Amino acid sequence: MATIVAEATGQAILQEEHEQSFLRKYIFSTDHKVIAIQFLFTTLFFLAVGGFLAMMMRYQIAWPDQPIPGGGIFPESMVASGYILPEFYNSLVTMHGSIMVFLAIMPMLVGVYANYLIPLQLGTHDMAFPRLNMYSFWVMVPAGILTLASFFVVGGAAGAGWTLYAPLSARPDLTGVALGQQMWLVAIVLIGLSSIFGSLNYITTVINMRAPGMTWFRMPLTIWALFITAILGLLAMPVLSAAGIMLLFDQTIGTSFFLPEGGGQPLLWQHLFWFFGHPEVYILILPAMGFTSEILSVGSRKPVFGYKAMVWAIIGIAFLGFIVWGHHMFQSGMNPTLGLTFTVSTLFIAVPSAIKTFNWMGTMWRGNLHFHTPMLFAIGFVAMFAIGGLSGIFMASTPVDIYIHDTYFIVAHIHYVLFGGSLFALFAAIYFWFPKMFGRMMNEKLGKIHFWTTMIFFNLVFFPMHGVGMVGMMRRIYDSTGYAHLQGIGGTNELMTWSAFALYATGFLFAFNFFWSIFKGKKAEANPWNATTLEWQTPSPPKHGNWAEVPVVYHGPHEYSHPGVTDKDWLAQNERPDLPSPAGGH
Amino acid sequence: MDWALPPNYSTQGIVIDQLFWIIFWLTFAAFVLVEGGILWFVLKYRNREGHTAHYTHGSNKLEVIWTVIPAIVFAVLGAYSAGVWANIKNPDNFPEDALEFLVVGKQFEWNITYPGMDRQLGTADDFIVRNQFHMPVNEPVIVNLEAEDVIHSFFIPELRVKQDAVPGMTIPIWFDATTTGDFEIACAELCGLGHYRMAASVTVHESADFDAWQASQATAQAQ
Repeated sequence: MATIVAEATGQAILQEEHEQSFLRKYIFSTDHKVIAIQFLFTTLFFLAVGGFLAMMMRYQIAWPDQPIPGGGIFPESMVASGYILPEFYNSLVTMHGSIMVFLAIMPMLVGVYANYLIPLQLGTHDMAFPRLNMYSFWVMVPAGILTLASFFVVGGAAGAGWTLYAPLSARPDLTGVALGQQMWLVAIVLIGLSSIFGSLNYITTVINMRAPGMTWFRMPLTIWALFITAILGLLAMPVLSAAGIMLLFDQTIGTSFFLPEGGGQPLLWQHLFWFFGHPEVYILILPAMGFTSEILSVGSRKPVFGYKAMVWAIIGIAFLGFIVWGHHMFQSGMNPTLGLTFTVSTLFIAVPSAIKTFNWMGTMWRGNLHFHTPMLFAIGFVAMFAIGGLSGIFMASTPVDIYIHDTYFIVAHIHYVLFGGSLFALFAAIYFWFPKMFGRMMNEKLGKIHFWTTMIFFNLVFFPMHGVGMVGMMRRIYDSTGYAHLQGIGGTNELMTWSAFALYATGFLFAFNFFWSIFKGKKAEANPWNATTLEWQTPSPPKHGNWAEVPVVYHGPHEYSHPGVTDKDWLAQNERPDLPSPAGGH
Repeated sequence: MDWALPPNYSTQGIVIDQLFWIIFWLTFAAFVLVEGGILWFVLKYRNREGHTAHYTHGSNKLEVIWTVIPAIVFAVLGAYSAGVWANIKNPDNFPEDALEFLVVGKQFEWNITYPGMDRQLGTADDFIVRNQFHMPVNEPVIVNLEAEDVIHSFFIPELRVKQDAVPGMTIPIWFDATTTGDFEIACAELCGLGHYRMAASVTVHESADFDAWQASQATAQAQ
């Protein structure tokens, strides 16, 4: 029934195609593929911006006593006589985190790939609500503009950390940041709206618009991950939006939700923030896990090892993800008895992560490994995510957390998960689905150089952070040189900064490859990776409406090296396995 | 290059460090297993002439093994952590008759209220010293943490102490120092533009010296 509706809509869209103006086709488009590409360009831009802020932070950390080169181009309120000001440093810290989480990684995972892949991998013409989908991109645009503009208003950008702990974030008299903070909060409400629109759309589409034969347990793991992520987004984002509005009221109209003078409770902010924030962590990693499963399977020419275990692990992570938020608050003054509950739930959420890691290794085991760039980044993901997962065990243990909480050990952990994890998987995804999106291949040689330089410099930047964290270097400090216990880490900090510059430089190599390949890359066939999922069974790039004829699905998603298929090592989801010739499947 | 935990001089720190190294070796073993496994598979199963993949959808036996083993390890680790944690942070387990202090964080300083010679807070001989925390050696002390403006975090690396100070709350913590000497208090929670320099000193005295120091301060402040 649902499929019939989908087909009807698809045909309507197909008929409309020739009438579309440029504005409708490329700017205010309702085509999920165009929206995905809009998200991709926007988020890559914000990735570059967020990285630039980090470069300035790294300079300050390594050489606090030296003026920053080129500092003269910044206004006096940010960089005075060549030196980064402490209040500007706090803005850098805050906006680096906020931009990377909310405007780069999250919309790149979900906005780009949920949009692009859900209809294509499920075999349908478009999203359930194409217009809502368009809005989800266009409400994010003003959020991005507000975020950037907030650097240039009186008082500068928000400076209370991306976690915005009240009362620091609620009282402009204590930070000097009023308007910047408010703009951040409005931006976050808009981003929440964007995410809620998107999530509604993804959930509805996955439930109702799967191609005939596409049963739940025939869905590619990417779709499972994006579907569960959408549910997390729908349940978690409204909490952040509500908390953001409460904080905005505390700042502007004199309420006291988080201010003790008026009867409020600063810890309430933390509970609300992390009730959103911890599911958010999984919003940022589950899709990455989905991409990795799929790309590892393609690169290993083997079915995903333990497909159902992978699905249940995703569901388990999503459920447990809602009851672990207190582990961010062990040292917050929350009743210490609660620490027990959150330690147990937190350690248990490590179990499904371990299951996934072992299954990825199982997928590679006895495979026939092809090391193309997407595969390299997917393997890199497993290797780096493992480190991030293991370092998380230290802070899950409450007594150890007493010492390492709020030190660089935490900074190391988050970057192994978000950069080594999410961003590595995103690079894998970009290289992998680029031919489908743009009809051309990215350059393999440059891709491989990008992978190896990223791998090396990423580890040189972030691995030593565990070390300086163990020494006791606090997060978010503008200058560590004043502390006796931090005297021995200057050299390590310089090493990390030089490596960070090199890591940022590799981003330009990627950007060059990306933009050059859009215009000059080798033409891509429909299925350059010999992959099985449906998006590869339609031309690259797919036309508006995706399919001339809706595909019919006969089996699970990752059928590689099936012994019954002799002429090739893969079997597309819409090919009948029992027929002698694959061509007969259509 | 200095990548080690600083020396520890507190009773709580001994168990915290023990737990740290237990987890270190556990995770190190897992690290070697996973990274070694990946490296091995990458070399052994790379695509080459005549090599094909082994067709399998997984193994329920293996799934059970790698679910149950981590679960057991984590359960044990969680139970052990919980016990240690309760001993450190749960006020029901605080040592009795510990010497009490009041520490109030504000942008960007720590104000310490001393109990005075009567060892009682809230009496006439209390006195306040800014950014200098003095305490006796080998004697548990309780610090009641408060904050005036925003959240700060009371961090003494060498004593393995960390606790946020939250406006509107009084949060008690206990610790001790097992050696005399000078240490640092740092603020570990972003609290504004002076966060990085919100430092104070800790001086651990012999018991008699601490009493003498308190007496000298009391007289100095009375004058």
